[in-house]
Amino acid sequence: MSKSNLVTDAAAEFKGRATNKQKVQALLHKYPWVSSAVVLVFALFIFSFGNENFLTPNNLSLILQQTAVIGAIAAGQTLIILTAGIDLSCGAIAIFASMVMAKTAFVNGWPGWAAFMLGIAVGTGAGAFNGWLITKVNLPPFIVTLGTFNVFSALTLFYATGRTIMDKELEPFFLYLGNPIPLGAFKITYGVLLVIVMYLILAFSLRYTGWGRHVYAVGDDIEAARLAGIQVKRVLMSVYITAGFIFAVTSWVIIGRVAAASPNSGTNLNLDSITAVVIGGTSLFGGRGAIFGSLIGAVIVGVFRNGLTLAGVDLYYQTFAVGVLIITAVSIDQWIRKAGV
Amino acid sequence: MSNSVAPVLEAKNLVKNYGRVVAIDGADLQLFPGEILAVVGDNGAGKSTMIKCLSGAETPDGGVMELDGKPITFRRQKDSRDAGIETVYQTLAVSPALDIAANLYLGREIRKKGPLGSIFRMLDNSGMKKSAKEHITSLGIGTIQNMSQAVETLSGGQRQAVSVARAAAFGQKVIIMDEPTAALGVRESGQVLKLIQSLREKGLAVILISHNMPQVFEVADRIHIQRLGKRVAVVTPKSHTMNEVVAVMTGALTLEEKDQTLGPIR
Repeated sequence: MSKSNLVTDAAAEFKGRATNKQKVQALLHKYPWVSSAVVLVFALFIFSFGNENFLTPNNLSLILQQTAVIGAIAAGQTLIILTAGIDLSCGAIAIFASMVMAKTAFVNGWPGWAAFMLGIAVGTGAGAFNGWLITKVNLPPFIVTLGTFNVFSALTLFYATGRTIMDKELEPFFLYLGNPIPLGAFKITYGVLLVIVMYLILAFSLRYTGWGRHVYAVGDDIEAARLAGIQVKRVLMSVYITAGFIFAVTSWVIIGRVAAASPNSGTNLNLDSITAVVIGGTSLFGGRGAIFGSLIGAVIVGVFRNGLTLAGVDLYYQTFAVGVLIITAVSIDQWIRKAGV
Repeated sequence: MSNSVAPVLEAKNLVKNYGRVVAIDGADLQLFPGEILAVVGDNGAGKSTMIKCLSGAETPDGGVMELDGKPITFRRQKDSRDAGIETVYQTLAVSPALDIAANLYLGREIRKKGPLGSIFRMLDNSGMKKSAKEHITSLGIGTIQNMSQAVETLSGGQRQAVSVARAAAFGQKVIIMDEPTAALGVRESGQVLKLIQSLREKGLAVILISHNMPQVFEVADRIHIQRLGKRVAVVTPKSHTMNEVVAVMTGALTLEEKDQTLGPIR
C-alpha cells in the first residue's frame, strides 16, 4: 500500500500548492451560482447608497414581483440550457397560453379553471412540439425555437385579433396570483410564492432524482449519455414538455402581475430568460449549473434595473449594465470550465 | 480442449452497411465462457462495427446473434446491458461533469428504499457512493479515493479505470473493450491489462479489440482476425507468431481451417 500512499501524498501536496486564484476557480467550478450570489449581495449594498428607499421592504417586494415572471420563464429555460439546448420561443409560448386562458374565459364564457387547464395544455403542447422537432426531426434547438417563436407569436396575434383583455373582463381566478400575502412590511404576492415553490420542486428533481442526473448527463456529453444506456431522446423530450408546462404556468403569473392579458406583452421575455440563466452561472454549453442560480440571475437583473432607476440613472445605462453583466458572466463561465481540464 | 463447451456469445453471418459502404460482410464470431478473445484487424476491417452490433449501439442489417444459445436482438444500448453485456468504449462514455459514483451508476441509478424512493424518486446517493468505492477498490485502483470527485478532474488512466470498473461491476456474462489502452501510458496500460485478466478470473468472457500486438499476445486466449468485413482466422498466441497474425491481417497469408483454433481452449 506504500506505493498508493505515495501517490495520494503527491496528490495532496499538489493540491496544497494551489494558489488562491485556483481555489476560487475550483470553488466556482463546484458551485457555479456562488459568483452570481456574490454579485447580488454586492449590488444590494451599492444600490442602497443610490437611494434611501432602495432597501425598504416595500421596494424589495416590488423587485420580487417584477422578477417573478422572468424568474418563472428562466426556470424552464434552465432545464433546456442544462441539456445544451436553448429556447427562443419561451416567452411566445407563455403569451400564447395566457391569451388562450383569457379569451376562452372571457369570450367563450368557459369557467376559470377550465380555461386555465386549456391554456396549460396548449403551452405544454407547444413545448412538446419543440421537443418533437428537436428529437424526431433532428433539428438544432436554436433553429427550431427561432422558427416556433415566430409561429407562436403569429398564432397569438391571429387568435387574439390584437385585442387586450383587461382586468375588469377577467375572472378573479386569473388575478389571484397578483394578490399580496401579508407578511409584515413585505408584500409578497401569491405569484412570487408560486415561482419559489416551482424552483424548490425543480431543484429537488434535478439534484435528487435519476431524471435530474440524466438531464445533466445529456447536456454534458450526449454521446456518452447514450452509450451509458440513457434514453437521450426521451430525456430531451421530457425536458421540452416540462419547460412548456412551466411557460404555461408562467402565463398565469403574467396575467396576475399585469392584471391583463395582452398579445403584445412579453416581447423581451425570450431573451431576458436566457440572460437570467446565464447570469445565474448555468453554462450555455450544457451540463453545468444550478436552477437556483437562474432565480438569483433574474433577481440581479431586477435589482440592477430597479436600483439604477431609483438612483436616477437613464434607461440606456440600465440596458448597458445588463449587457456588461451577461458578458462578464459568460467570461467567468469560460474561466471556470478550465478548472476541470 | 473440449468442444462440448457452448459459446456464451455467438454471431453468425453478420452484415452491416452504411449507405453504400459495406462495413461488415458476413462476419462470424464465437466467444466462449471465461476466455479473453482478442479481435484484431487493419483499419476498416469492421472491428468496431461488429462490436457496435454486439453491444446494441447499432442494429445489424443481416445475420444472427445468440447469447447462451438464444437469439438476441438489441434495439438500443440498454437491451444489451440488460442481457448482461457491458461495453467499454474507446471514447470511454463517461460524463465529465458528473462524479465517479454518478458515472458508475449512470443509466441504472438506485433509488432510496421506502416512500422517499418510490414516491419522491430520490436517489440513494450515499449507498451508490459506498458501493462505487467498493468496486473501485476491488479492482485495485488505489489512486482514486474520493467518489464525489468529478470525472473531468481525473487523469486519462483513472478515467479508463472508472469506465472499466463500471463494466466489471455490472457485466454478468460478457465484457467488450474497444482499444482500452490506446490513450494510456505504459504503467496505466499494465494496470488495465491486469484488470482485464482479473475479469477473466471472475469467470467473465472478454472481447478485447486492440491494435497493440504485444498486449494482445500477453493477455488473449484466442485471437480473432478480421479482414475486409469478415473473420478470416482464429488463432492462439501459442500456435502462431505476431508476424503470422499481421500477415493474415493484411492478406499476405491465409490459414487452413485445420490450422486455426475455432473451438474453446479453456
